[in-house]
Amino acid sequence: MESETTMATMIQTENLKYAYPAMEGEAQIFALQDVDLEIEQGSFVVVLGHNGSGKSTLAKTFNGVLLPAGGKVYVEGMDTADEHLLLAIRQRVGMVFQNPDNQIVANVVEEDIAFAPENLGVPSAEIRRRVDNALAAVGMSEFVRHAPHLLSGGQKQRIAIAGVIAMEPACIVLDEATAMLDPIGRQEVLSTIHRLNREKGMTVVLITHHMNEAEDADRVVVMDNGKVTMDGTPRQVFTRIEALRNMGLTVPDTVDLLDRLRKDGLDVPLDALTVEECADAIAHAVAVK
Amino acid sequence: MNGRTEDCPRRHWESAAARKERENLESILQIKHLTHTYGVGTPFQRSAVEDMSFDVYSGEFLGIIGHTGSGKSTLIQHLNGLLKPTSGQILLNGKDIWAEPKKIRDVRFQVGLVFQYPEYQLFEETVYKDIAFGPANMGKTGEELDHCVREAARLVGIRDDQLFKSPFELSGGQKRRVALAGVIAMEPQVLILDEPTAGLDPAGRENLLANIRDYHRNKKRTIILVSHSMDEIAQNVDRILVLKSAHVLMSGAPQEVFARADELISAGLDVPQVTRIAMRLKEKGLPIDPAVYTVRALEQELLAARKGGAAC
Repeated sequence: MESETTMATMIQTENLKYAYPAMEGEAQIFALQDVDLEIEQGSFVVVLGHNGSGKSTLAKTFNGVLLPAGGKVYVEGMDTADEHLLLAIRQRVGMVFQNPDNQIVANVVEEDIAFAPENLGVPSAEIRRRVDNALAAVGMSEFVRHAPHLLSGGQKQRIAIAGVIAMEPACIVLDEATAMLDPIGRQEVLSTIHRLNREKGMTVVLITHHMNEAEDADRVVVMDNGKVTMDGTPRQVFTRIEALRNMGLTVPDTVDLLDRLRKDGLDVPLDALTVEECADAIAHAVAVK
Repeated sequence: MNGRTEDCPRRHWESAAARKERENLESILQIKHLTHTYGVGTPFQRSAVEDMSFDVYSGEFLGIIGHTGSGKSTLIQHLNGLLKPTSGQILLNGKDIWAEPKKIRDVRFQVGLVFQYPEYQLFEETVYKDIAFGPANMGKTGEELDHCVREAARLVGIRDDQLFKSPFELSGGQKRRVALAGVIAMEPQVLILDEPTAGLDPAGRENLLANIRDYHRNKKRTIILVSHSMDEIAQNVDRILVLKSAHVLMSGAPQEVFARADELISAGLDVPQVTRIAMRLKEKGLPIDPAVYTVRALEQELLAARKGGAAC
């Protein structure tokens, strides 16, 4: 079990600002404005926000894909703006993006996963070990010699995740990595990253706009207009119904239902997030009446 | 207090068959014994669609759901003649679309297909020209063309001042609207949308679906919405067709389909969160109709259950 005192910081941002290049004659718009965030090692953090809220921009600063226009980002204490540290930083924080087809480079699964460690100059016996471990970690060992383009979307994303794992990073950042997947593919990816977090202690930062992907997270960070507007446990965040709606986000149906029932005078808690908890709470309240 | 829910008077909903009867709906598309086999004669031979038969009624909002590999994409590409059946027929207004293969282009004007991520297919210099491309190819010119373009833009919520911008200056959600307008501008009798909201955030999804619902309401045209979000399908369509491994597993009004939630789950499909809550409450002995799929409907069920103690 982790204790409070051993928690170290994985990623830290200080007054982080970022602006995309402005159109001619238009004012510069800050996609990130003074973001202060500390992500603990071994935690599972979901970042929510509508399109344009800055959540993907934030993710891309976590391993130096984007560099701050102001403020700092530190990965295990290393400044992402320091060019000499960039390679080390990217070995610590791996990214998985939205479209599985844009992330696969080789014609055979094992070659694809070996791509990054090869580039890092890892000896070949060690590469073999890492590829096998990475495939086992995402539950895709039997596909080692398959052609990636014949796999389903969920399988391709797991291959992309395995490609990141083969670098043996401490943290994996998924930037809307489930957006293009069907419910089964989404479930495959989510259970894979939850297992990596639980069993290997890997820090996970999951950027999404699917509320239900946040149910099991340790922490939910909500972005709006380039700023962090909420930060807490799923229960704390999802029970702030009005504030979420005002930011163009929805609340889980469980919370919506409980909110309505409370207004109807039923004695139910607002924070029974999962289907099971929600049904149990309602059944209890109705039986008591 | 038992779980008997079938004939409660307070639940007014209509089966798809009853609705068809009442509204006297006619078939616009008829799919008859459609089979499509990829890689015939190779070791990879596989039927993506196998002996599928169903009708699409004129003016209805039909949802098609099925998980990846169920045959959704192959099926819809047959409906406007992009793929030719290995066997079986597609009838549009009673006529086999392949009766005269040279006229297949006309079928594509009548059955408009909006692909996944259609914004990647934008290519013109301005939004206006992009929307005008389809109807211009149909032979429309001058005022008639202008009217088509502006009306389609209005239907999907593109403002006049955006018409002469480059489509590439727009946001992702706006680009998708432009692509949708380009198909609507051809005034197809049937509009097929393949995962129209994929990748959009909740507000973007709801806005786009509201545009599609408005289009359906105002134009009374047939819409086929393909999605793997059961929630999205449930909230929008009149009738659902569920596909499973190249076959039609079931079809009916949302309530008819969700009443068979266990089968949906075993077909690898999602059931709306509300339906799952209702199923669990019913298991716990509450007199709840497990086929409800909206928060409001389940709230009503629960209030009634609390008041009466009995189901009705």
